[in-house]
Amino acid sequence: MSLAEVITKSSGDGQKLKLEHLHMVYGQGAESVPVLEDVNLEVSDGEFVCIVGPSGCGKSTLLNVMAGFLPATGGTVTIDGEVVSGPDSRRILVFQERGVFPWLTVEGNIGFGLAKLSREERRQRIAHYVQAVRLQGFEHAYPSDLSGGMKQRLQVARALAVNPDILYLDEPFGALDFVTRVIMRGELHRIWQTERRTILFVTHDIDEAVQLADRVVVLSSRPARIQDILTIDIHHPRNISSPRYLELRDELLKQIGLAYEI
Amino acid sequence: MNSLAKPRMWERFFWPVFAAAALLALWHYSVRWTGTKVFPSPLSVEKGIVQLFHKHLLWADIGDSLRRVALGFGAAVIVAVPLGLFLGWSPTTNQVVNPVLQILRPISPIAWIPVAIIFFGVGDHPAIFLVFLASFFPIVVACVSGVSSVPPNLRSAGRNFGLSAPRLLMRVIFPAALPQILVGLRIALGIAWLVVVAAEMIAVDSGLGYLVIDSRNSGKRYDLVVAAMLMIGIIGLALDISIRSIERFKSVRWGFRNAS
Repeated sequence: MSLAEVITKSSGDGQKLKLEHLHMVYGQGAESVPVLEDVNLEVSDGEFVCIVGPSGCGKSTLLNVMAGFLPATGGTVTIDGEVVSGPDSRRILVFQERGVFPWLTVEGNIGFGLAKLSREERRQRIAHYVQAVRLQGFEHAYPSDLSGGMKQRLQVARALAVNPDILYLDEPFGALDFVTRVIMRGELHRIWQTERRTILFVTHDIDEAVQLADRVVVLSSRPARIQDILTIDIHHPRNISSPRYLELRDELLKQIGLAYEI
Repeated sequence: MNSLAKPRMWERFFWPVFAAAALLALWHYSVRWTGTKVFPSPLSVEKGIVQLFHKHLLWADIGDSLRRVALGFGAAVIVAVPLGLFLGWSPTTNQVVNPVLQILRPISPIAWIPVAIIFFGVGDHPAIFLVFLASFFPIVVACVSGVSSVPPNLRSAGRNFGLSAPRLLMRVIFPAALPQILVGLRIALGIAWLVVVAAEMIAVDSGLGYLVIDSRNSGKRYDLVVAAMLMIGIIGLALDISIRSIERFKSVRWGFRNAS
């Protein structure tokens, strides 16, 4: 699917997620720490948005607020016109590490959120997502027998299995080695193209952002405000040595305050 | 032999057997050389064990001790596991109850013997009560710490999939805390076995503890005293091995670093 098609599809399906004047302050009184300051963002259905920013700026806090784990101290998060007030299986957060249940097999993990389905439906759903994240042959393996990349794929599969509208990914490949990370990037892109979910993806990795995202949101240092939003107007598959790619990459590096040369 | 080298098959059996044989030899010759009339030699202990088995006394005593441990320990598991899970789950309740638990915990179960006799008289019940007390605290403590050390990611993941509080406890908190709970059960069972012997020396007239004290009191039969002690050791080891075998189940194996 080309980007042009994605854009028409996205705009056709309309707006999915809306952040309005989002504020977050930790603590009270003199010791209070403002973390998010007037964050406004609209994300359309099926869009892939990456969030980058200096470390400790509040990216994870933003994700936790959007997922409903933390109540914002000001402003609202709206999904399909409904205000978010707590965690919900329609939007799943994927953690950087230690997110899978170590006492369950691959099948058990993927089926974790499917208790309401009939036995047959559950079996089919599990089989589909085992295939989608390429864990065939490991259905009965426990997480302790899987590599770091496989565990993250398992977490993504468990999230997708409950059919969520939105996936929040909190640096999901941050704990992986370079080669695995690049492979996982490709896998995630492939899954996103076939499964068509709205994805909000927090990352430290500029290349990851430019390769995956439709748009990249740049946050300022704490308290985080939206500093800029870059639209990545390159067709998939993206050529990572094309002039436009390098131009966008440089622009992002400049945005987060990194020099061209070391 | 350096500690990193993997011992060969025959060495793994040979050296422990050798150590045991050496200890028996030391014991045997110490008795002979000192010419003691009171302390028995390994051979007379062996004869004592055979004699006890022939009179069917030993089986009855072993059965009584094991029954008391099973009842006391079982009751402790039934009461302490849900209580510990609840206290770990609710830090506010834990703050209220914890000081009381911490004061009661260091009291040796042996110190409870007079109280147990006042409550339950003489017989099976005080012994079972003491085993219950001895097992109760280690299990509660293990459950509380197991629950409070469940990684926040796993709790969040459980909530994310829309689990209600009781389901979260059943499907996430309990399985996540289970390895630590099992460690608590193992410690508790070890203490229960120590305590049942002590309790049987005072509160009842059967069981391995009673056998030890009775053999001494009725004619200073130290061969039977040591025979009973050996049986206590062997059964304690068997109990430990059997409860450790639970750790090998796949759904808890992840929590034990050395088991693979």
